Amino acid sequence: MQACRLAARDLACRRGDRLLFAGLALALEPGAALHVQGPNGVGKSSLLRILAGLLPPFAGAVEREGAVALLDERPALDPTLPLGRALHFWERLDGRAADLAALGLAELIDVPVRYLSTGQKKRAALARLLGQDAPVWLLDEPLNGLDTFAVALVERLVAEHCAAGGICVVASHQPFALAHARALDLTGDLAGAAA
Amino acid sequence: MIRQLLLLLRRDLALLLPGGRRGGTMLPLLFFLAVAMLFPFAVGPDAPLLARTGGGVIWVAALLAAILPLDRLIEPDIELGLFDQLALRGLSEEAIVAVRMLAHWLSFGPPLMLAALPAAALLGLDGERLRLVELGLLAGTPGLAALGVIVAALTAGLRGGMALAGLLVIPLAVPLLIFGAGSLATGGGSGIALTGAVSLVLVALTPFAAGAAVRSARG
Repeated sequence: MQACRLAARDLACRRGDRLLFAGLALALEPGAALHVQGPNGVGKSSLLRILAGLLPPFAGAVEREGAVALLDERPALDPTLPLGRALHFWERLDGRAADLAALGLAELIDVPVRYLSTGQKKRAALARLLGQDAPVWLLDEPLNGLDTFAVALVERLVAEHCAAGGICVVASHQPFALAHARALDLTGDLAGAAA
Repeated sequence: MIRQLLLLLRRDLALLLPGGRRGGTMLPLLFFLAVAMLFPFAVGPDAPLLARTGGGVIWVAALLAAILPLDRLIEPDIELGLFDQLALRGLSEEAIVAVRMLAHWLSFGPPLMLAALPAAALLGLDGERLRLVELGLLAGTPGLAALGVIVAALTAGLRGGMALAGLLVIPLAVPLLIFGAGSLATGGGSGIALTGAVSLVLVALTPFAAGAAVRSARG
């Protein structure tokens, strides 16, 4: 796995008139996992998008090393295409295919993406994420819509990713079983919580 | 990078070409032909009048047809999260919308130039006028496609964005219309050259304007 590092200092995020968080610092080395917690609307997704570089922070700076993969509520798969061909676009873009059978998607490759259930779409997005082979994973509510089997699968995938030297940031209001994961609660005392 | 952009172009073409997956891709063509067909019904079978005004009608129909695909150009892919995922892979918004503009023109310009043949027959245009219309469309449709991509990116995510997009395109496309249709009246290449010049400016501007609009729509 390529070298990776993710650090942020003095981050603040403002949405509209509301300051969601301020003075947030974190530093993640290879193999580190961080569980961002907090109720809805506290800024978990915004934090992930800032870390991904998709949203400019209101204040502070993010340092990234290594490719970043983001999993959010949008699978970025063409809804009219059968799943296999929709994933094929990303496979060719990333030059790597994920093991669909391990994700329980093998029998769904001919089903158009718009007919997939929430959980199936989430698993399809996971296949896209695995194919990207990025060392830094940013997972926004990765367990939404997943059954207990798939939840265990995601937890195992994240553990394997970190064991292989990757970085993983999980934003979820649900419990996420992960050994050695640090927790960052956006509702609590923010400054230096995960530094 | 180039390989990724070619892959993206292939995907965009599969969505946007007439008969493409995003649906409604034949509508601009059918609309264009419908206007050419209805106009003689409305003004009556006066062949000299039709031949004199037909070129302008084709230009107005082309401009209005350019509005129809706008809501399918950018917004669905923002909702899909496609732009975010491509940005994470190091593709700039400028490059992505440049590819989108090319795909949009390929699925809009050449088919319109083909449809102009039956339209010219319906309106009774002679060979010389048809030649000027086709050359004008060749010079003007890239500008219309570029304008469409800019406006689609600017209005993506707005409530009533489609109606606003139509209102925005019409005044901005007036220079193309004046020079393009004007070339029929003067019968010269200068109008077509000016149409091409307006198109080039719009095409050069689009990656930056639409790219910035997509970035700010990300929010």
